[in-house]
Amino acid sequence: MVWRQLTRGLRGVFQRRAADQDAADEVAHYLEQAAAAHRARGLSPAEAVRAARLELGNATGVREQMREAGWESAFDDGVADLRYAVRRLRSAPGFTAVTVLTLALAIGTTTAIFSAVNPILFEPLPYPHAGRLLVIDDRSQDGTALDVTFGTFRELTQRSRSFDALAVLKSWEPTNTGTDAPERLNGQQVSAQYFRVLGVPLVLGRDFDPADDRPGGARTVIVSDALFRRRLGADSGLIGRSITLDGSPFTVIGVMPHGFENVSAPSAEVWTLLQYDPAPPSFDAREWGHHLRMVARLRSGVSVDAARRDLAGVARTSSAEFIRPPWASLKSGLLLTRLQDRLTETVRPALLSVLGAVLLLLLIACCNVINLLLARGAEREGEFAIRAALGAARPRLMRQLLTESVLLALVGGACGIAVAAFGIRILVALGPADLPRMVAIRLDTRAYVFALFITTVIGLGVGLVPALHASRGDLHAGLQQASRRSAGRHRTRRTLVILEVSLALVLLVGAGLLVHSLNRVLALPPGFDPAQVLTMQVQVAGPRFGPDSVTHRHYAQALEAVRRVPGVADAAFTSQLPLSGELPDAYGVALETNGGDPQHGDPALRYAVTGEYFDALRIPLVRGRYLDARDAAGSARSAVISLSYARRVLSGADPIGRRVRFGSDTSWLTIVGVVGDVKQSSLFSSDDAVYVAAPQWVWADHARWLVVRGLGAVTALAPALKQAIWSVDKDQPIVRVGTMTTWVAASTAVRRFTMIVFEAFALVALVLAATGIYGILAGGVTERRREIGVRTALGASRREILSLVVRQGMGLTGFGMVIGLGSAALASRALVTLLFGVSTLDPVTYAGVIVLLLAVALLACGVPAWRAARIDPAQTLRTE
Amino acid sequence: MGSMDEINTDVIQGTLDMLILKTLSLQPLHGFGIARRIEQVSRGVFKVNPGSLLTALQRLERAGWLDAEWRQTENSRRAKFYSLTRTGRKQLDIEAADWTRRVSAVARLLKAEG
Repeated sequence: MVWRQLTRGLRGVFQRRAADQDAADEVAHYLEQAAAAHRARGLSPAEAVRAARLELGNATGVREQMREAGWESAFDDGVADLRYAVRRLRSAPGFTAVTVLTLALAIGTTTAIFSAVNPILFEPLPYPHAGRLLVIDDRSQDGTALDVTFGTFRELTQRSRSFDALAVLKSWEPTNTGTDAPERLNGQQVSAQYFRVLGVPLVLGRDFDPADDRPGGARTVIVSDALFRRRLGADSGLIGRSITLDGSPFTVIGVMPHGFENVSAPSAEVWTLLQYDPAPPSFDAREWGHHLRMVARLRSGVSVDAARRDLAGVARTSSAEFIRPPWASLKSGLLLTRLQDRLTETVRPALLSVLGAVLLLLLIACCNVINLLLARGAEREGEFAIRAALGAARPRLMRQLLTESVLLALVGGACGIAVAAFGIRILVALGPADLPRMVAIRLDTRAYVFALFITTVIGLGVGLVPALHASRGDLHAGLQQASRRSAGRHRTRRTLVILEVSLALVLLVGAGLLVHSLNRVLALPPGFDPAQVLTMQVQVAGPRFGPDSVTHRHYAQALEAVRRVPGVADAAFTSQLPLSGELPDAYGVALETNGGDPQHGDPALRYAVTGEYFDALRIPLVRGRYLDARDAAGSARSAVISLSYARRVLSGADPIGRRVRFGSDTSWLTIVGVVGDVKQSSLFSSDDAVYVAAPQWVWADHARWLVVRGLGAVTALAPALKQAIWSVDKDQPIVRVGTMTTWVAASTAVRRFTMIVFEAFALVALVLAATGIYGILAGGVTERRREIGVRTALGASRREILSLVVRQGMGLTGFGMVIGLGSAALASRALVTLLFGVSTLDPVTYAGVIVLLLAVALLACGVPAWRAARIDPAQTLRTE
Repeated sequence: MGSMDEINTDVIQGTLDMLILKTLSLQPLHGFGIARRIEQVSRGVFKVNPGSLLTALQRLERAGWLDAEWRQTENSRRAKFYSLTRTGRKQLDIEAADWTRRVSAVARLLKAEG
C-alpha cells in the first residue's frame, strides 16, 4: 500500500501530463456513458449531453479533486510556490542580489568559524575514549605548570593507581641521511607506552618494546604513514630494516595508520624511545631536568578528581625508593589537566569570542535581510491584497512568503558554502601557529549539516516577520489608497535598525579593545632591539659531529664566514632564541651560598652563546661585563645572569664573583656580569636566565640560532649568510630563517588573529548597520513624498526638510547606540582574558567607536535627506 | 441539492466507499457502471454524485483497496475498470460489519421509541 502510494504519487509528479490525461479520459468516458443513458431514456442527443454535464458539475473541478486524492498534490503546490518565488525573485534582481550576498556572507562566515572552532573546542580528540587523556605537570611554587622530570615520571608509573598508562615525551629533530637528499625530520622521543596512552594501534609492524627503553637499548623508530610513503616508498618489507638518523642506524619497527593525528606535535613523523636511565646515577643527570611532557590515560571508572587526589597523595608522601632532588620535590603538588583543555587553553578564549562575534554578525545580517524583505513587502501590498481578494487563504499567503525567504536563504547558503571554503583558507592562513588540530579545520559533513541547519532556520526566521506582517490585519485595505496601514511595519523596521546599530556597536567596541590591547602588548619591552636582526637555525648532524670539539670548530668557522659577509655588523650563535616559539630550554640553578651547601632554585633559562650575542640583540649590561673572548674553552668558567635572577636570589647583594651550578653541569660557574631581562616564551614571560659561553658549556649544542645584526636591509642578507655557512659544510641544514621582528609578531599571533577577525566582522557590521539606516530612511522618504511636498509647499525650507530626515535617522542611531553601549559594557567582559592593559570600559575606545558610528550613520542619512530636500512640491502634489 | 418536496437521493454520508466496494465485489466495473449499479440495486433510492464517485475511486485505488485497469469496452472505447483487491475485500467486510452494527442499533432505538 505504501508502495502503491509512492509509485502512483511519483507518477503523478513525474508523468503529470499522463496522470492528468487519465483523469480527463475517465471523466470524458463517464460523461459519454451518462449521455448515452439519457438518450436511451428518450432525450435528444444535445439534451442528453447537457443533462450529463449538469449531473457532473464542473468537469475541471472534478479532475482537480481527483488529483488531490494523492499526496503529490501538496508537492505540486510546493512546486508552484517555488516557481512563483523564483519568478518573483528574478523580477527584482537588485533586491535578490543584495539579500543573497548578505546571507552568503553571514552563512559562509559563520560556517567557516564553526568549522574551525568545532574540531578544536567541541569535538573529542581523535582517539578512543579521548576524554580519559590527561596531562600531568609539575607545579611550581607560584602555581604555574612546569615540565616534569623523568624521575617524577618513573615514580608516578610505580606509585599512582589511577592510570592505564603513562608516557613522557620531548621533541626530536633528527636528520635522515643515507637515501637521497638529507632531510631534517620532525619527531618525538617518547617513553614506551606513548601509543598505548593515545590508544591508537599501529597499522604495520609492532609497538615499542619497554625493554629497549633504557640507555644502550636497541634503537628503534615508529614512523608516520606520510613518512613511510615519502621516504621509505611505502615498502612494508622495510619493517625491520634500518634507516640512518643523525648518523646512527635505527630499526624501523612500525608504521602509524593513515590519518593518525599526533595532537601533542602535529608535524611529528618519527618516534623513538627516550632511553633515559631508570636508575639515574645522580641528581645532576638529565633524568632530573624539567624538560618532559607527561600524558596519561585514565583508568576506566576512575574520575579525574579521584586521579587528582591519587596524585596529591603520591606527591605528599615520599618513599625511600624514590628520592627526589629539591627542584623536583613535588612539594607544591602536581597538576592534572584534560589533554584537550591543555591543548586549547591558549586559544580557547580567542576562539569562543570569535564564535560570539560571528553570531552577532549573523544576527545583524538577519536583521538586515528582514528589513529588506519588509521593505519589499511594502511594495507588494497591492499584490497580496489582490491575491487575498481572489480567494487565497492567509496560511497559503504565508506559505508563499516563507517559500520565498527559504529559497533566498538556500541560494544564500549555497553561495555561503563557497564563502566558507574561502574563509577557512583565510582562517588557516591567518591562524596562529599554535592553533591545535589545524588539519581538522575543513569543510566536512558536519560543516555542511551546520550550514544547512542555519540556512533553514534563517530562511524561516527572516521570512516569518514579513509573513506575519503581510497576513496581519485587513488585506483588502491594500486595494484602497491608504497610508496609515504601514505603521506596524515601520515600527518593526525601526526596531530592527536600532538592534543592528546596537549590535554593530558591540562588535566595534570589541574590535577597538582588542586593537588597543595588541598595541599595549607590542609596546612591552622584549628586552632586546629586534630591528635589523636576521636569524636562522643552523644545525649539525652526522657521525662526524660526535666529538664536541668538531661541533665547536664547525660553528666557530661558520661564524667567521658569516662575519666576512658584507653588511653584517654583529653575528653570534645562541642555543635558544627569544620569542622563537620553541619550548624553553631551562634547568635548575644552584647558587653557592657563602661557604655552605648550594641553594637550589627554580629552573632558569640556559643560553649557550658566543660573545657578540649581547651586541647583536642589544641586550643592556647592568653590572660587570659581557661574555667575550676571555671565556674560551680552557679558561676559568664564567656566567652572566639576568637582572631578575640577581634581584630574586641575591636580593641586592653584589652577584659578581658568586658561583652558580646549572643543570647537569657539575662544576661551578663564576658570575661575571648581569644583563637586562629578555622575554623568551612570550612578551609576558619573565623567566630567570643564565648565559654561558658556548665553548665552556658541558656539551656542544647541535642546533644553534645564528643572530645577525645588519647594517642595512637585513632580509637581503639571508642568501649570502647561508652560502657562508655552507662554505664550511654544505650538508648541514639551515631552517627557520626570519627577522627578529617577525618572531616578535608571531609571539602575538593569537591576539593578532582575534583582532583581525573582530576588525573584519566589525567592519561588515558597520556597513550592514549603515545600509539598514539608509534603507529605512530611503523607504520613508519615498513613502512620505506627499507629506514632504506639502511641507515644502507650506514654506518649509530645504534645510528644514533635510534636518527632518537626518533627525529621524540619527534618532534611531542614538537610540541604538545607547542600547549598544550598555550591551558592549556587558559583552566586553567576555573578552577580559584577551585584553591586556585596557579596561573593558576603556573610555578612549568607547569614544572612538561612538564618533565612528555617528559619522557613518550621518553618511547613511545624507543621501535620503538630500533626496527629500530636492522633492518638487508641485510635481508630488500633481501625482497624488 | 433538491428542493424540500423532492425525495432525497443523496448517498448516506460516509457510506459511499462501502457501496463502491460492495458493488465491485460482484464484478469489475467502470465509473459510470458503478453509479448505474448502485442506482439500480437501490431502486433509485440513491443517486451517486459523479464528482464524489470519481474522487472516491481515485482515493480507494490509492489506498490499495481497488485495482484499476484501462480496458476496451464492448463499443471499443477506452474505459477504466475497477476491481476489488484482497485488502479491499477485507475492508468491505469491516465496513459492512460496522454498518450492520450501527443500523441494528439505530433500529433498536427507533423501536424502543415507537
